[in-house]
Order: sequence, then C-alpha cells, then structure tokens
Amino acid sequence: MGGLSNQLLVVTIFSYVLAMMAYAIEYAFGGRSLIARRALIGAGGPMVLEEASPPSSGARNAGIAAVGLTVFGYAAHLVALVTRGIAAGRAPWGNMYEFVMMATLVGVTVWLVVLTKWRNLRHLGLFVTLVASILLAIAGMTLYVPVGPLVPALHSYWLVIHVGAAATASGIFLVGFVAAAMHLIRLGHDNGKRNFPYSLGERLPQADVLERATFRIHAFAFPIWTFGVIAGAIWAEAAWGRYWNWDPKEVWSFIAWVVYACYLHARSTPSVSRRITSWIAVLGWATMIVNLFGVNLVASGLHSYAGV
Amino acid sequence: MRWIFHPAASVARRAWRQLTSMRTALMLLFLLAVAAIPGSVLPQRNVSPEKVRQYLALHKQWGPTLDRFFFFDVYGSPWFSAIYLLLFVSLVGCLVPRFRAHATALLRVPPKAPRHLHRLPAHATVTASGAASDVDRIRLLLKKRRFRTVVRHEGDVSEISAEKGYLKETGNLLFHFALLSLLFGVAYGSWFGWHGNRLLVRGPDFAFCNTLLNYDEHALGAQVGENDLPKFCLQMDRFAATYLPNGQPVSYKADIAVTQDGSVSHRVLQVNDPLRLDGANVSLLGHGYAPILVYTDKYGKSHRNVSAFLPQDGMLRSNGVVTFPDVNLDPSTGKRDEKAQVGFSGIYLPTAPDDPSAGTSAFPAENNPRLMLQPYQGVLGFDAGAPLSVYTLDQRQIDAGRLKKFGEPLMLKPGDTAALPDGSKIEFVGTEQWISVSIRHDPGQPIVLGGAIALLTGLLGSLTGKRRRVFFRITPEGITAGGLPRGDYPGFADEFADLVRAAAPAATVPDQVPQTDQVEEVV
Repeated sequence: MGGLSNQLLVVTIFSYVLAMMAYAIEYAFGGRSLIARRALIGAGGPMVLEEASPPSSGARNAGIAAVGLTVFGYAAHLVALVTRGIAAGRAPWGNMYEFVMMATLVGVTVWLVVLTKWRNLRHLGLFVTLVASILLAIAGMTLYVPVGPLVPALHSYWLVIHVGAAATASGIFLVGFVAAAMHLIRLGHDNGKRNFPYSLGERLPQADVLERATFRIHAFAFPIWTFGVIAGAIWAEAAWGRYWNWDPKEVWSFIAWVVYACYLHARSTPSVSRRITSWIAVLGWATMIVNLFGVNLVASGLHSYAGV
Repeated sequence: MRWIFHPAASVARRAWRQLTSMRTALMLLFLLAVAAIPGSVLPQRNVSPEKVRQYLALHKQWGPTLDRFFFFDVYGSPWFSAIYLLLFVSLVGCLVPRFRAHATALLRVPPKAPRHLHRLPAHATVTASGAASDVDRIRLLLKKRRFRTVVRHEGDVSEISAEKGYLKETGNLLFHFALLSLLFGVAYGSWFGWHGNRLLVRGPDFAFCNTLLNYDEHALGAQVGENDLPKFCLQMDRFAATYLPNGQPVSYKADIAVTQDGSVSHRVLQVNDPLRLDGANVSLLGHGYAPILVYTDKYGKSHRNVSAFLPQDGMLRSNGVVTFPDVNLDPSTGKRDEKAQVGFSGIYLPTAPDDPSAGTSAFPAENNPRLMLQPYQGVLGFDAGAPLSVYTLDQRQIDAGRLKKFGEPLMLKPGDTAALPDGSKIEFVGTEQWISVSIRHDPGQPIVLGGAIALLTGLLGSLTGKRRRVFFRITPEGITAGGLPRGDYPGFADEFADLVRAAAPAATVPDQVPQTDQVEEVV
C-alpha cells in the first residue's frame, strides 16, 4: 500500500506538471477571457462582452486538456493519500510529508470548486498547479519518510482534528494566495506596468473579480484556521499540561492568525485600498510558509516530533 | 463642564480618537505579529531556561544586551505587553460605541425609505399600479423571509422599510468581546494558577509530595501562596516504553500511585493522558535513566547514589554526574577529608554499539548498557553556595585545579566494579527509570475555552451574516422597490431580483429587469 501511494504521488506530480503546461499553452495562445461590463455601462444598458481576440480552438482544447489532467492528477493525489493512510493505519497527516500532501490536496479541491463556480478563472489553474507541483515535488524529494507509526505524543484523536483543520486551512489559504497574487498582477497591469510579472495580467480576469474571490476564499479559510489553533490548544492542554506554550510553531500560527485577521479587518475598512489588502494576504501566505518550512526544518520545539 | 474645552482635553480626545481608529488597530496588529517573531527565534525562559543559559554562555557580547531588552522573555516583556494592551484598549474604545449603536439598532425599527429609491444600488419598478392590499401582502412576504419590517403611511403613499442580517454585527461584537474574555482568562490563570516540574525516579525512595521544596523548578501565580498547593503524593511504580526497531518510540506508560486525602489510588500516566487530580494536572513530559552507583571509599564504607542522567538524543545517550561529597570519613579521627570528595562525570549508553568508543547509543532501550565514567577527586564546590547544575561538575573547581581527574576513564557494564587509584571501588549496580512530569493548575482554563468557543461562533456569524435593507413604496401610480446591501454581499442582486419578482402581484411581470451595481457573475 505504501509503495502504491509513492507511485501514485509520482503520477500526481506528472499530471499536475502536464496540466500546468497545457494551461500555459492556453494562456499563451488563447484570447482574453470574456468579461461582462454590464456594471460599467450602467443601469438598463445592454450587456457588453469585451473580447480582444477570439481564442483559437487549439488553445481551447489545451485548456480543456489541462482541466482533464488536473482532475486526473487530483484523483491520483486523493488515492495516494488514502492508500498512505491505509498503509499506516491512521490519519495520513502525521508528518510533514503527509501534511504537504494533504494541504495541496485541499488546495486543488478548492481550486476545482472555484472552477465550477467561476469558469472564467480557468487560466489561474496555471498558477495553482505550479504551486501544488512545486510543493509536492519538495515533499517527495526532501521530506519523504517511509510509512510508519507515530511517536507517543501524536497518539490522540486530536491529531485528526487539529492537524486536519490546519492542513485544510493551509490548502485553502494556498488558493487564496494565488488569487491575491493574481489580483496584484492584474492591478499592476491595469496601472500600466508591463514588465514581468505584470505582463501576465493582460489575460487575467478583472481585478475586482479576482479581489472578491480572494476575500471569499480567505473568509472561508480563516475560521477553519482559528478552529485548528483552538483544537491545538485543547490538545496541548492534554499533552503538555498547558494550552499555550509559545512554541515556535504556535508562535507562527499566532502570527499567521494575526496577519489574516489584519487582512479581514483591512478588507472591511473602506479607507484601505484593495491593493494593500491583497498584499496583506500575500504576507499571510508568507507566514504560513515560514511556519511550514522554516519552523519544521530550522527551529526545535515541542512540535519537533512532527518534524520531517 | 469647562474642562472639556481645555486644550489638554482636546489633545487627549484627539489621541483617543487616533488610538481607537481602525488604522491604528491595524498597525498595532501588525506590530503584535512582528513582536512575536523574536520569541520563535531566540530561546525563551518560560519554555527552556536551560537553553537560555546556553545561549547566554555562547553569546557573551550580544546576550546581555538582548537579555536587558527582554528578548528571552518576549511574551512577558514590557514592549510586547504594551502592544497587546494598547490593542485591547483600542478594541474597547471601538467596541463600546459599536455595542451601543448595535443595541439601539436592534431596538429600533428600520429607517424611513429614502426619497429616491432609484438612487439605491439595487432598484426596480414592481408594477404600474398599487393598492392598499399590496402593502400587507408585501410585508407578509418580507416577514416570511425573516426581514424586520415597518410600514409608514403618508397620504395615499405607503412605505415598507425592511432590514435583515443583524447576525453580522452581533457575531462581530461577540468575536471581539470573546477576545477580551480570552485576555481575562489568561490573566486570571496566571494570577491564581501555579506549576512546577519535577523528575520522578521509580521506587518508594523517590516518592514526591506536592510542596514547593520538592520541585526542580516552579512558578506560583501572584495570588497563590506556598500553602495553597493541594496535598498529594506521587510514587512511580513502573515505567514501560516500547520502540520500533529503528528506535522510534511507540508508547510510554508509567504506573503511578497517587496518595490524596488519605487514600492511595493506582493510576496510569501516559503522554496525551494526564492524571487529573483534585486541584492539579500531572502530565508526562519525558523519561530517561538514572544509574545506580555504589562507591566504597578507602576506609571500606559504602555509599549508594542514584543520579538521573539527561538524554541527549532520541537513542537516549544520557549525560550526568554522580557525586559523593560525604566520603572518606576517617573512622579513627571522625573527620572528613574535605579535599577527598569524589565525583564522576558520565555518559550512559542504553545500547552500546559494537564500537562503544564512538560514544553513541544504538537503541533507546537497555539492550547492551554501558556506563562511561571519568572519576574526579577534590573539592566538589557544593559548600561555596553558588547555584550548581546537578548534571555537570563545577567547571570552576576543575579549572582552578581544586577538582582533579582521578584515574583513567572507566567503561562499566551493570554489575561491574572498578578500582580507583587510592584503593576505593566504584560499582555500577544498574539503572532506575525516571520520568519528568509537569504539574499544573490553571483556573483560567474554563474561561479561555469558553472565550475560544464564543470567538469562533462570533467569527462565523460575522463572516456569514449579511446586513441589507430593502424598501417598497406603494402608491396608486405603482410599486417601486430599492435595496441597499451594507457591506460586501455579492449575492444581493439575485436576492433582490427574487424579492421583486415575488412582490409583484400574480399575473403581472415586472416591466423592468432589476438593476444593481453589484454585478458579480461574469460569463
């Protein structure tokens, strides 16, 4: 079972990379997405579709193939995680390798849900598969550990709850980060910047659509993250006798929580520009990455057994 | 009331307004996040005082300066406290007016409809004629959809104002008040709580009773006195650990006899399964080995010592010292030779590899135990009064030549005896297991837990709730409607269109598609 899981992870990474290439082909040769400008025209006006150039059928096929490859990779990803869990006889997020697998799986899930809701965001698949395949490749190459039971400290049903919530929230924040970054690129492009990466902005959806998606994804992830931190505190009380220990992982979870709280507050403050709020979201993702890689690989603390 | 106009009062008022503004709150939040970082990089006293000592010893230049600015006590430092206290003051300053406004809003009926409904973000003409019966019908429709409604009449014009989504602000306020209760719970716990850490070696000789003197390390809350500690005693009867072949631990289990209120109960202590006693919780933090040594001095008198060694790695290679300060008492004179105290610094390998000189252990269980000892003789330095670690010999005494190496290093198996240069003997009898436990009482916990639950509930309410108002104006010339989402609510256009459709009397079709500025869907 463990071996099957490892092979499936390779299949997953390859599918995502191929999907990424297909997205890139669509991105490079396809036309701009269609954008409703109804709101700008004003009340009662006809709906106007703005279209720079009609997408070629080749590009369209590439886009469809990309989605197909993503779904295929996703299925392999899901089965890889499930077989890993069966092989270990426990929830498949007991170490960093499994955590990254789980978080990226949630990320791709969220992305597929977003895709069914906002079809025109398909281009963003390029960036989602990019981030997912980079993270999975890191997991497979440097974080891999063979299937095994857990250290005594992790023998608790709180593992399922606390780490499950943290991985889920991380996966959703990942998609939120992609949306925020796209929003910033599109904004930069709208403001006349043409150098990389703003040059990518031309084919992205409208800034306010991206911005609203950013907000909704974060508003969805934040309570899950909050719940994860609270569940961690309850577990810590049972495991270490104290609900909050200012362990490096806790510190960075707290920092990420504060930064995302900042994002939500800034978002609801009209005087703060949407450019700044999206930057705060990007900063939030940076703290998540520090928490995942920086803390696990550099700092030592109470969470160290979860290490690599 | 003249002081209100005093310049100082106006400065204070401006400062207060500044402090309670959202911008300031955002800055403070950011500062809080940044200020928390050093605590994850530098060792902290409340987590690992030993590491702080090591850090200070290694960084003679920077260490003291960092220490002066509380970088080893970040979360109790004045600057960290200042940030969160300012943040909470700002929070209260912001919450109180909002709470008042929300309470009023909850009590008050929805406001009058604006004169020009078509200027609202969502608006529509429902029908070209209206009647008095439409008023009740539409009001009922709104009430069914859980809008709070009020009807106002002016001549032959009737207006319905409706509002919904108070949950958002209720949740918002609950979330922020929950933060305050968290702060209070943490403070309450630190005033009325206490905790201590202790090494517990197996056996009745090493039973522990809950008094401050018996702790290796402890902290009492400001409101807790030495005599407030609950009375109980712990004795470890057995410890069992299981490991995978690669040395990874699978389980730790300690059998503990608890004596409380005059009765003895036998309990099992495991990681993730603390002993919940009356007035304190006991958690299992770690375990290790304590070598048992018998030293027979040159006069033939034996001294037994059990000293806990500290594990250095996952394979439980452990370091420690064994000291015999009261040896070499001359039976003829009855005097002790102060300069002939004996101490051993040692490394214990529970499973020595084929080449034990490598100094590493191959497995954490005791499959092939070896004890490496370096004997010392001289003045151990216990009487100098300076605080000493019980895990190392006093380096100052060694450096000063008052404590000298006493023969060659020894490598002993359990049961082995070795002779020292003066004819005295050291025997390695075996080991005892020890566990380290944290004993803690935190009466703030229920408050913090309740606060956390309220926080999450409030958060969900504030993120899912959507405040919006709709107005209907019913005149003989027609029915018009307007809608106003308060805050970000992309689905409002659909909801409004649906409302307008439902409000139209049967068999009439709205003659205009409702329009809103809040277009969300794109093709």
